[in-house]
Amino acid sequence: MDTQAKNKFSLKAVLIFLVVLLVNVLLHGVIFMFFRDSTLNPLLTALAAVLWGVAGVYFLYLSFSWAVEQFPEQISRKILPYVFIGPAVLLLGWLLVLPALRTLYLSFFNASSDKFVGLGNYLAIFSDRLLATALRNNLLWVFVGTLACVAFGLLIAILADRSSYERIAKSIIFMPMAISFVAAGVIWKFVYYYQPGTEQIGLLNAIVIALGGEPQAWVTMLQPWNNFFLILILIWMQTGFAMVIFSAAIKGVPEDILEAARVDGAGEIRIFFRIIIPFISTTLLTVTTTIIVFTLKIFDVVMVMTGGQYDTEVVATQFYRQFFMYRNFGYGSTLAIVLLIAVLPVIYFNLRQMRKQGGF
Amino acid sequence: MAGRKRKKGKKWIVNLVLGVICFIWLIPTIGLLISSFRPAADILETGWWKVFPHQEWKSADTIKLSKDVDLREPIEVNGKTYTDDQLKAGVKAGEDRLIWENRRTREISVQKEGWVASSTLTLDNYKNVISGKEYTLKGADGSETKEKGTGLSQAYWNTLTIAIPATVIPILIASFAAYAFAWLRFPGRKTMFVVIIAMLVVPIQVALIPVLKHYTTLGLNGSYLGIWLAHAAFGLPLVTYFMYNFISQLPKDLFESAFMDGASHFTIFSKLILPLSVPALASIGIFQFLWVWNDYLVSLIFIGNQPNVQVMSMKIADLVGSRGNDWHLLTSAAFISMLMPLAIFFLLQKYFVRGLMGGSVKG
Repeated sequence: MDTQAKNKFSLKAVLIFLVVLLVNVLLHGVIFMFFRDSTLNPLLTALAAVLWGVAGVYFLYLSFSWAVEQFPEQISRKILPYVFIGPAVLLLGWLLVLPALRTLYLSFFNASSDKFVGLGNYLAIFSDRLLATALRNNLLWVFVGTLACVAFGLLIAILADRSSYERIAKSIIFMPMAISFVAAGVIWKFVYYYQPGTEQIGLLNAIVIALGGEPQAWVTMLQPWNNFFLILILIWMQTGFAMVIFSAAIKGVPEDILEAARVDGAGEIRIFFRIIIPFISTTLLTVTTTIIVFTLKIFDVVMVMTGGQYDTEVVATQFYRQFFMYRNFGYGSTLAIVLLIAVLPVIYFNLRQMRKQGGF
Repeated sequence: MAGRKRKKGKKWIVNLVLGVICFIWLIPTIGLLISSFRPAADILETGWWKVFPHQEWKSADTIKLSKDVDLREPIEVNGKTYTDDQLKAGVKAGEDRLIWENRRTREISVQKEGWVASSTLTLDNYKNVISGKEYTLKGADGSETKEKGTGLSQAYWNTLTIAIPATVIPILIASFAAYAFAWLRFPGRKTMFVVIIAMLVVPIQVALIPVLKHYTTLGLNGSYLGIWLAHAAFGLPLVTYFMYNFISQLPKDLFESAFMDGASHFTIFSKLILPLSVPALASIGIFQFLWVWNDYLVSLIFIGNQPNVQVMSMKIADLVGSRGNDWHLLTSAAFISMLMPLAIFFLLQKYFVRGLMGGSVKG
């Protein structure tokens, strides 16, 4: 009797679940059609679309969670996690994991993807001089770029926290982040611009001449130092990211601990290394990982400034060139996989750290 | 008393060092701002800092040489002799400087040093960018027609329509997932989390072609939903990673007491976790927003060339691409496009204050 009631109850819940699924599909389908064929005024369309996008996702979770709660406790507890991670997994699986697997598959085939070559592409790209340059440059980007961004970000966050004009300072450092890569390219062309003679419209050369030096073609002729001038752009743009996150984390350090340390006579530098750094270590790891990943994939800065010429090639621009310009899908895919492999140690380190904290 | 004084002295140093860093950081942007107000010709001729008062040689007088002076021999001007090369580069003669004004007509300009500021500033760049530049087209029959290029205002709305949901959707999805990964136990948890984190490093260029094929089949190309989903997916690994790091640090007893009270996970999430995560949501929200706002590649592929859904970055890239060196328009367009992210930053900055994370988060 009891089990029968339970089964009946479950059946009802299954029905509810299906109805919720159907309602969601129909609702969003109809709204999608409406926007596709809509001839409303653009401003109204924009407002309605934003409303749909934002409320729609919330409703999705709300309705499905409610539906799952109609199941008996034991079952709902098992299904609920999948409702929570479902959208993320589906979306990622479709738009990133599948393409990534396809890339892995293509990396074992020749240029036009019709002949299996095994590890041939991998052997080929590692004996390629261009890739050697790209790898060297990528290492430079990852080490110099990440180190500088994290160090400057931390320094500025701490200075800003103690200064009397924190908001303004933070806004100034953040500002370059708001600039698109195309626009940043223009800005830095104004800095690095080179022309022979004493009249320079590039700031750096004007300074060099004012100091009595010779004008230089910073991003083209000064190999391999031109890479550093490109990395400078990244530092200028991305330090704001590190700074904002660090700043929020530093403000989480309880004031009374700092005060107690000061009363005990600890200097600011000692407080920084002994209290602040351990306190924000998770954030430090998060930000460092993010920037490492970002610099590994660096593409836009190089593309806008030099197009990868003058020995400034990085793996991502090489990949782009092979895949979209030379149509060598085998090489291109292999390069993408090399990038993926390169970051595995970083991810492994992250996971180990998370396990230490008890999450995994 | 002494301690307070020392602290004050330190603050002075902090302010100074930070000031210097901020100044260096600002220089490139100032260059852009000033350039955006300069006429096109000026931008390519002189550096932007020339709008500030500076010392420069200005022509005060001209000397015309007689026709029988041999320019290959040293030339006598006002009792002194100079070579042709010296006059080409400009040579000092007492307070003045002598330089060829026009070698063919044998005119030498006598310049005096003085304060100048090439302050021809104009709003034309902004006008052209906002309302569209006017082009005069010549027809085959010689008739002239004026055509107005499209302005930025439509693109501004389009970008907002794309950027707001493309920020909120992935953050909501990622926060739900992060909550489940951090606080719920279920089979496949570790594997799925590792895969999501590994997706951090997949270059999005890898995904463009296969996804485009699917989108074409589903009719998602050029639709808002399509571009939202694309941005959401490409931003998800980072946002999930970020939100996981935050949510997993929240104290455990917080959930337990709520769960004891009979609250469902959905309620706990929306009533407890979301409000507590505001600082993290604000930080990662800004970056996702920026990323979408400034994105060019994804829009280019999934929106294409339809003029009614074009976004800002495509317009800006158009200024570089199709019209060659319209640097003057580019500078003002870049500035206009910076305004929205900056406004959002100022709006959210109040969430980065002391105490909001205090107590609920350990480092």
